[in-house]
Amino acid sequence: MIGSALISGLGLGSMYGLLALGFYVTFAVSSTVNFAQGSSMMLGAVFAYTFSVRLGWPFVPAAAIALLLCALYGLAVEFLAVRPFASRGSNAWLMATVALGIIADNTVLFTFGKEPRGLALPWASTATTVLGVHVSTLQIAIPAVGLALAALLHWFSRVTRHGKAMLAVVQNADAARLMGINVPLAIMAAYAVSTIFAGAAGIMIAPLSTVHSDMGTVFGLKAFAVAILGGITSAWGVMLAGLIFGVVESLITALLGSAYTQILTFTLVIVALALMPHGLFGHAELKKV
Amino acid sequence: MKRLLITLALAAVLPAAAQEPIKIGLVTALSGQSARAGEALTRGLQVAIDEINARGGVRVGNQSGRKLELVRRDDEATLFGGLDSPVALAIVPIANENKLPFMDPWAAGTPITKNGAKDNYVFRVSAVDELVDKAMLQYAQKTFNARNCGMILVNNPWGESNEKGLRAALAEKGVKSAGMEKFEPNDIDVVPQLSRLKSAGADCLFLVGNVGPSSQVVKSLDRMGWMPPIVSHWGPAGGRFTELAGPSAKNVHFVQTYSFFGKQSAVGEKVLKALMAKYPDIKGPGDVTPAVGVANAYDAMMLTALAIQNAGSTDGPKVRDGYYKIDRYDGLIKTYTKPFSPQQHDALNENDYVWAQFIDNQIVPVGVKQ
Repeated sequence: MIGSALISGLGLGSMYGLLALGFYVTFAVSSTVNFAQGSSMMLGAVFAYTFSVRLGWPFVPAAAIALLLCALYGLAVEFLAVRPFASRGSNAWLMATVALGIIADNTVLFTFGKEPRGLALPWASTATTVLGVHVSTLQIAIPAVGLALAALLHWFSRVTRHGKAMLAVVQNADAARLMGINVPLAIMAAYAVSTIFAGAAGIMIAPLSTVHSDMGTVFGLKAFAVAILGGITSAWGVMLAGLIFGVVESLITALLGSAYTQILTFTLVIVALALMPHGLFGHAELKKV
Repeated sequence: MKRLLITLALAAVLPAAAQEPIKIGLVTALSGQSARAGEALTRGLQVAIDEINARGGVRVGNQSGRKLELVRRDDEATLFGGLDSPVALAIVPIANENKLPFMDPWAAGTPITKNGAKDNYVFRVSAVDELVDKAMLQYAQKTFNARNCGMILVNNPWGESNEKGLRAALAEKGVKSAGMEKFEPNDIDVVPQLSRLKSAGADCLFLVGNVGPSSQVVKSLDRMGWMPPIVSHWGPAGGRFTELAGPSAKNVHFVQTYSFFGKQSAVGEKVLKALMAKYPDIKGPGDVTPAVGVANAYDAMMLTALAIQNAGSTDGPKVRDGYYKIDRYDGLIKTYTKPFSPQQHDALNENDYVWAQFIDNQIVPVGVKQ
């Protein structure tokens, strides 16, 4: 029982982590987030379904184009719902990103339909037994891809020139601008990466679940809790918090029963944040004047 | 399926001049997610009305042969109705207050007919949650020799109503259960809940959830490599269950009130023939979907025509009493003998249900196809 719950928890947890990394990326560069990350996740799944099932494309190109469209959606979020407000020092992007997410959800509802659809991957349902626990290929693939994307983000930001430029924006946007770094471009890139992560999570979750317009709503909220829990300023912290959240959630259900899952999980989040206000792995931001 | 639960207002209106048709009002979804269910109800009603009109209409008092006319719309404030049990429940007080007979051929919520009103105008020809729950237990015991079933129920009012019903059914028979677990309609992974039931020794599962959530349960079972017998409410019938749940979809046995597959009674053959003649897209039993909508609506209409005839009037209270006076009707789902009384507003009971499964995207009675 605990074995199955752990595998479930790690799978879901890495997806929470992936969505939460999306919050981290944009927050690090611009101190703003797309609150409707759940909608970005849903779009990934809906696009992948449309290309691979309705249009009959092979899965890999279908997923690639889906992620590309997610990136474009990320750029739209930044351009329409963040920049107009953040550039004038307003916090209205909080509401604007939520509003844009609701618009996206409802547009999908009207165009894709209300009926949930199934995205089946033949290879995903093959299964093996590990230490007496039945595990499907997809359940191994999900945390692996999640961690690989997190590692890729780490490598990109530490090693590549563009990544270093983004880190410079994180540390001091004004100084970065004076050094010739294109700050608006760095922020746009962060939003594109953020929605690509969410879209990737949606594509991986789709075969486990069903594809429909509000599949991301609750998931996105949990991912935001994860981002805050991890301390939104640390990439690995956010990913690790996702895994912890997923595993704790699954273990509570398995050991105590589903009646207690939501109450206990979110109580633990509040307690953890009360004890460590900057998150499990975050640190206080120092503002030098 | 809960979203598909449709209500139908049968309104015998206007104490009109002789030969003016008696209007039967239908309030249902004609567009959107539940459009198919609304269409099934319309077709069931229309075939029944055509049959009644072809034999000269309904004799009302001394007026011989008044025709019936179906008036359906889903967007007018002057008509009652809507979708699923909560909407049916919202119509109940309006119908009772206006002394307007309200016939429900779909929504299964127990309190729709057992609404506590002193003057009850609400009748139903459909499944009833508390009876479905009894039938689920009976079926699990008989078919799978189950002794320790676990409940896996969607976390919404429908799941809750069936939790009560299942617990009552278990208590009545003095049977223990392996426990009860709830899951959210949007849960991606139900493995932790199911692992809990598995380790409690569950030898079968009672499933209550709409088609999407039900498929989450089946997929989670697949991932666990555990496939106990699954006895379900009619949720899976509300959509593309095979597509959503994959090959294991066929392992779910769910309740229905009727199936046009298999050997049909004379009434069954007549109705299927009429449907095929009237609707070109119906080429065989597989095209009558959802079959429960058509069948419930057909019998509900026939019983209503008898009620109007017994009343000798289209006056609400008289039609209500007309339902009580129905003695016998050889119907599609069964032969109804005194189906309604002041204490009994549900024409179907747990012995009238059939058990079905999805084979190749079609709902067929269990065992008819492999």
